[in-house]
Amino acid sequence: MAVTVKYFASLRETLGRNEETIEFEDGMRLSRLWKKANDGEPMPESLMTAVNMEYVKGDVELADGDEVAFFPAVTGG
Amino acid sequence: MRIEIRKEVFEPYREVAAYQKILAITGKAGATCVFVGTMRDFNEGSSVRGMTLEHYPGMTEKHLHEIAAQAGERWRVLDCLILHRVGEIRIDDVIVLVAVWSAHRGDAMDACRYIIEDLKSRAPFWKKEQLDDGERWVESNTTGYSEE
Repeated sequence: MAVTVKYFASLRETLGRNEETIEFEDGMRLSRLWKKANDGEPMPESLMTAVNMEYVKGDVELADGDEVAFFPAVTGG
Repeated sequence: MRIEIRKEVFEPYREVAAYQKILAITGKAGATCVFVGTMRDFNEGSSVRGMTLEHYPGMTEKHLHEIAAQAGERWRVLDCLILHRVGEIRIDDVIVLVAVWSAHRGDAMDACRYIIEDLKSRAPFWKKEQLDDGERWVESNTTGYSEE
């Protein structure tokens, strides 16, 4: 199974990438996905997270084909 | 309802007038509340020369539609127009337009305020400012009131 992961704004610049595909076995959750994609580093608490373009709270379980996005506080308007 | 992300500069009052012309609300709207957000040349104690606005294509539009729908559930709204710039923004450029049409002023003003406040705190846009001595990402939006 695999998910698409997107990073935005200052997070994208810090990590040096904007999008990647992460493959996994069954039972992948958000925090584990972050660690897998970021050399085992824990997910910063300040990040906002979305799955399939909807905000999510907590360590939700992911499904094959999901689009996951990590980004800092929003500053539009 | 019309919700658009624009790369090009737009003139908000012309947009409001043009959209109102095509609305089938003749004789129904007693109130139009319009919020226009423009780019300042200062922020958090620094002079700002320009700005780049990034968004999350797809999610941003989806979220704005959800905000507008929520406003329509809470207040009696006839229609609304939301336009938001992305890309390179110059001083005095309009960044955002929110216009709400209702039969009465209370609904129009409350719904407009609800939409812009949610947009500021939840819609996935990010500002990067160009300063005299470099660039910086804006880390959070203000409360909406002057502090000085």
